[in-house]
Amino acid sequence: MSGAPSVLYDAPGPKAKVRNTIYSVVFLAVLAAVAWYVFTALSDKGQLTAKMWTPFTDGSTWTQYLIPGLGTTLMAAVLAIVIALPVGAVFGIARLSEHVWIRVPAGVLVELFRAIPVLMLMLFSNFFYVWYTDIDSDIRPLFAVVTGLVLYNGSVLAEVFRAGIASLPKGQSEASYALGLRKTQTMLTILLPQAVTVMLPAIVSQLVVIVKDTAIGSTILSFADLLSNYRILSANYGNTIPTLIVIGLIYVVVNWVVTRLAALLEQRMSRRGRSSAPPVNPSAVTVTALPGADPL
Amino acid sequence: MDFLSNYDLLGAFWVTVQLTFWSAIGALVWGIVLAGMRVSPVWLMRAFATAYVTVVRNTPLTLLVVAASLGLYQTLGVSLTTDTTTSAIDITNFRLSVLAFILYTGTFVSEAVRSGINTVPVGQAEASRALGLGFMQTLTIVVLPQALRSVVAPLASVLIALTKNTTIASAIGVAEAAVLMKTMIENEGQAGSLVFVVFAIGFVILTLPVGLVLGWLSQKVAVKR
Repeated sequence: MSGAPSVLYDAPGPKAKVRNTIYSVVFLAVLAAVAWYVFTALSDKGQLTAKMWTPFTDGSTWTQYLIPGLGTTLMAAVLAIVIALPVGAVFGIARLSEHVWIRVPAGVLVELFRAIPVLMLMLFSNFFYVWYTDIDSDIRPLFAVVTGLVLYNGSVLAEVFRAGIASLPKGQSEASYALGLRKTQTMLTILLPQAVTVMLPAIVSQLVVIVKDTAIGSTILSFADLLSNYRILSANYGNTIPTLIVIGLIYVVVNWVVTRLAALLEQRMSRRGRSSAPPVNPSAVTVTALPGADPL
Repeated sequence: MDFLSNYDLLGAFWVTVQLTFWSAIGALVWGIVLAGMRVSPVWLMRAFATAYVTVVRNTPLTLLVVAASLGLYQTLGVSLTTDTTTSAIDITNFRLSVLAFILYTGTFVSEAVRSGINTVPVGQAEASRALGLGFMQTLTIVVLPQALRSVVAPLASVLIALTKNTTIASAIGVAEAAVLMKTMIENEGQAGSLVFVVFAIGFVILTLPVGLVLGWLSQKVAVKR
C-alpha cells in the first residue's frame, strides 16, 4: 500500500489531511485504550513482573526447551514436505492421466483427503500405528503427525502439481510428441522440470501451512514440538502468558522468513524466465480447484 | 456398525456446525473491517491491519485457541459468559474458541476481500470520486459490493477450511466431532478404521455441499467484465 496512493481516494488536500489526522488520532486513542486495558489486566494478574519474563533471558530455557522444540517442529515440517512432494507429484500426474481407472481413483483420493481435517488424519494415523505396527511410543507422535501432514499436504500439492503442469503452454507437449517422445518421456523430461520451477514458490509457501499444522499434534498427541513447551515452562515458572507470547513470536518469525523466501524465489524465477508459464499462485489454485482446497 | 448408536454422533457434528456458523459470521465481519482498514487513506489503520494480518496469519491456530483458554480465561479471568451453572465452562470454551477462529480466519477473509477490491476497475472508483463520493461512500456503495461478488469462490475455500479448523477446538475440550472421534477410536479398538471412515464421511457431507453451492453462486453473481 505504500508508494502511489490508492485509486479509492485522491491525494489528500488540506481538508482531507486534517480529516485523516483526526481519524489517526481517534484510531490511536482506540488502540491505546485497548492496549491500556490489556496492560492493566496483565499487570493485575502479575503477568508483567520481571519474574515472569526472566526465564527467557536464561540461556537454559532456550537450549533445553525452546530450541529443541523448534527443532522437532521443523523436522516434522521438513519430513512432511519431503515425503509429500513425490506423493503429490504422483497423484497430480495421475489426475491428468487419460486412463479413467487411474484418473478417477486418484481424483477421489485427493478430494477426500483434502476434505478431512488434518487433526483427524493425525488421530487416525496414531491409532493405525498403535494397532498395526510396533513403532515405539516415544517416536509414535512424530510418525502420526508426519503421516497426517503428508496425507493432507500430499493432496494439496497434487492440485498444485496439476495446476503447474496445466499452466504450461500446450505447444510444449505437442512439440515433444512431434519429436517422437513417449508420454512418460514428455512428462518427465519436458513438463515436470518446467512445472517444478513454476510451482516452487507455491511449494515453499505450503511449508508455512505445514509448520503451523505441526502444532496440532502437540495438543492431541502430546507431540513434543515447540508449542508443547508451554506446558513445561508454565508449570515451572507459572508464566503462561509470557510463554505463549514468546512461542507465538518464534512461529511468526520462522513463518515470516519462509514467506519472504517464497517471495524472493518467485522474483528470481520470473527474472530468470526459465519457464514459459507464470508462477502458480497457491490462492489461485484454490480458486480454480474443487471444494476442499484451502490456503489456511 | 452397532456401536455407533452408543455415541451422540449427530450431537458432536451439531457442535461443529455451530462453531463454524458463529465463527464464519464473525470472521466475515472482522475480515471486511480489516480489508477496509488496509485500503484506507489513514496510514495508522493500514499499518495496524497489515501488522495484524502478518502476525496472526503466521501463528498456529492451535496456539491461538490454547492462548484464548489458558491466557484469556484461566489467567486473566475473561469468561465471556455470565452463566454460573455447571455448563458455564462448556459455554466459555465454546465462545473462546469461536473468538480464536474469528481472529484467525478474519485475516484470510481480509486477504480475499482485498484481492476482490483489486478486481474492481480503477475507472469505477474514479467515477465515484468524480461524483463527489468520499472514501467510505466509494468503498461501501461502489467497490465493496462488486468486490464481494467476485470473491465468493475464495471465501468458500476459507469457509471450508474453517469448518475443518473447528476440530482444533478439541485442544480446549469443546465437545465437537474430533473429540468424539478420539473417544470412539480409543474405545472401539480394532474398529477404529470404521470410526475414521464415519467421521471422514461426516466432513465430506459438511464441506462438499458448501463448496458446490458457493461455487455455483460465485459463477452466478460474478460481475461479468
